[in-house]
Amino acid sequence: MNAAWTVCRKELLDNARDRRTLFSAFVFGPLLGPVLFAVLINVLVTQTVSTAEATVEVPIIGSELAPNLVEHLEARGIEPLTEHGLEKLPDALAAVQNGRRDVVLLIEPDFAERFTAGETARITLVHDRSNTRAGSRVQRIRGAIGSYAQQLGTLKLIARGVDPDVLTTVMLDELDVSTAAGRSIVLLGMLTYFLLLATLVGGFYLAIDSTAGERERHSLEPLLTTPVERSSLLLGKMAATTIYMLLALALTLVGFTIALDFVSLEPLGMSSGFGIGAALAAFAILLPFAPLGAALMTLVASFTKSYKEAQTYLTLVLLVPTLPLVFATMLNVKPTGALMWIPSLSQHLLVTALVRQDPIPVTYVLQSAVATLAVAAVLGLVAMRLYERESVLG
Amino acid sequence: MIEVLSVAKRFGDVRALDGVEFKAGDGRITGLLGPNGAGKSTCLRILSTVLRPDRGTARIGGVDVVAEPLRARRLLGVLPHNAGLYPHLTARENIEYYGRLHGLDERALAARVDALLARLGLAAIADRKAKGFSQGERTKVALARALVHEPRHLLLDEPTSGLDVMAARELREWLRALRSDGCCVLLSSHVMQEVEALVDDLVIIANGRIAAEGTPAELAVRYPGQSLEDIFVRAVEGARR
Repeated sequence: MNAAWTVCRKELLDNARDRRTLFSAFVFGPLLGPVLFAVLINVLVTQTVSTAEATVEVPIIGSELAPNLVEHLEARGIEPLTEHGLEKLPDALAAVQNGRRDVVLLIEPDFAERFTAGETARITLVHDRSNTRAGSRVQRIRGAIGSYAQQLGTLKLIARGVDPDVLTTVMLDELDVSTAAGRSIVLLGMLTYFLLLATLVGGFYLAIDSTAGERERHSLEPLLTTPVERSSLLLGKMAATTIYMLLALALTLVGFTIALDFVSLEPLGMSSGFGIGAALAAFAILLPFAPLGAALMTLVASFTKSYKEAQTYLTLVLLVPTLPLVFATMLNVKPTGALMWIPSLSQHLLVTALVRQDPIPVTYVLQSAVATLAVAAVLGLVAMRLYERESVLG
Repeated sequence: MIEVLSVAKRFGDVRALDGVEFKAGDGRITGLLGPNGAGKSTCLRILSTVLRPDRGTARIGGVDVVAEPLRARRLLGVLPHNAGLYPHLTARENIEYYGRLHGLDERALAARVDALLARLGLAAIADRKAKGFSQGERTKVALARALVHEPRHLLLDEPTSGLDVMAARELREWLRALRSDGCCVLLSSHVMQEVEALVDDLVIIANGRIAAEGTPAELAVRYPGQSLEDIFVRAVEGARR
C-alpha cells in the first residue's frame, strides 16, 4: 500500500511537469464543454427570440387584389414586400427553389372576383420544407391567413343568422405538463456528455504516460526490479489517473456553473437549475465513474506497443462510455432501477434528472455507484493480472 | 554470490538459454561476454526477476529468484541497458523514487541520496531535470539509483555502451571500488578491451550456452599464445558447431 502511494505521488508529480498533459486535462476539457455550451445556448436563445418578434418580410404577388388580407397580415408583423420582381407562379417557384426567397405568397388573379361572389378564394404559399430557417416564418404566415379566414367565416355565419358555434363540434384543449426545466432538457442532455468526456480526457495522457510511455522510455524494466508487487505499481498508477480525472471533473463543473450563470435561459422559458448545490451533487454522482475510466484506460494502454498506438486506442475508448448517452437521448429513456446497473448510462440519467429537478431516489444513486465501482474493480483486477505476464515488457 | 543453475528459457521457437550454469563470486567482477543475441540480456533479466526461467533457477546471495523474487530484488542493484530515467524528474527525484520503492524511510533516504550524489560527483546536477542529461550523466544517475538501497549484488547490462572515454573510465573506477567493498558485480559486454581491463572472471556465452569460462589467466593457459579476442572467437565458433 505504501509502495502504491509512492508510485501514485510520483506519477502525479511527473505528469504535472508535462505541459501537454496539463493542458489537455485541466484546460482543454474544463473549458471546451462550458464555452461550447454557453455559445450554443446563446445562439439558440437569440434565434428563438428574434424569430418570434421580428417582422417578417414576404413578397406577395397580387397584393393589390386583397387589401384587407394584406392589412390583416401587417397587423401581425408580416410585412408585404412590394419590390420583388415576381409576376407569376413559375417565377415564385423558381425564386424559392434557387433560394433567393425563403417564402412567397401568391394571391390568385380571380381572388377578388370569387371573394365577392362568396366562393372560396385561393391563395398559394410557396416554400421549401427542407429549409429549416424558413420554418417558423411559414408557420406564422399560415397562422395569420388561417385566422383571417376564420374571422371572415364567422362574420358570414353571423350575417346569415347562424350561431358560429355550430361549426365547433369538438373542442380540443391542450395542456402542456412539461416544467420549465424539463423543456431545456434537449440542451442540458449534452451536459453529461461533456462532463463524462472531460473526466476521461483528464486521465487520458497520464494513463498512457504511466504505462505505454513507461515502457517506451525503458523505465519499466528497472521499475520491475524494485521489491514491489506489480499489482501495487499498477494500483498506484490507476490511483494517479483517477485523481487527475476527478480534478478535471471538478474544474469542468466549476466551468459549467460559471458559464450557465452568464447565459440567461429565461427567454426560452426554461430554468437551468444549475447552481453550486447541483454541481456538488453532480460531482458525487459522477465520482464512481473516474476509477472505472482510469481502470479501462490503464488496461488498454498497458497492452499497446507504443505511445502512439495507445493514443489511437484510447481515443476509441473515449467513445465507449458515451455511446449509452446517444441511445438514451435518442430514445428519451427515463431512469429506472434496472438501468442504474449500467455505468455511464446511470450517471447520465441521474445528472439529467438532477438538472430537470426531478426527484432522485437515493437507492438509484447507490445502485449506480455500486455497479460502476464493481466494473471498475473487475477491470482493475484484469489489468493487474495481465501485468504479471512477461509480455508487459513489450 | 550469484549462482545460475541450469537455466533454460525460450521465446516461441527461439531457444534463448539452454542449460546455462555459472557462478559470480563476492568481491569479484564477473564479465558475461558474448555476441549479440547470445542470451546475455535474457540471463540478466532472469537474475533481476523480470523474466522467469522455463527450467532451472538462480540464487542471489542464496535467495532463489523464482521462489522469492521480492526478497531477491532487495539484494540486487540493477543498471539496465538504457538508463530509463524519468525525464521530468530531477536526478535527486529519480534516485529518491527508487529509495522509497525499496522501503527506505525518509530520513535515511535523504542522507543516502546526498551521499550518493556527492560520491558520484552529481551534486551540481542534482536538482536539474533528467531531460537534458548527457549519456554519461544518465548512466551515473542510474547507477546511483541502483545503489540507493546499498545492495551487495550488482547487475549491469552493457554499462559502458554509449559512454565517451572519460565517462567509461570513471564508471570502471566505480565498479572497482564496489569490488573492493566486497560486492558481487556481474556485467554483460561485447567489448573485449573493456572486459580485459576490468573483470576477474569471464563467462563466454554463445547460442544460449556457456562456451568457455575462467579467469583471463586460466583462459590464456588453456588457449596459449592467443589474444582474448581470438579465444572469444574460437569459443563462440566452437559453440556453433
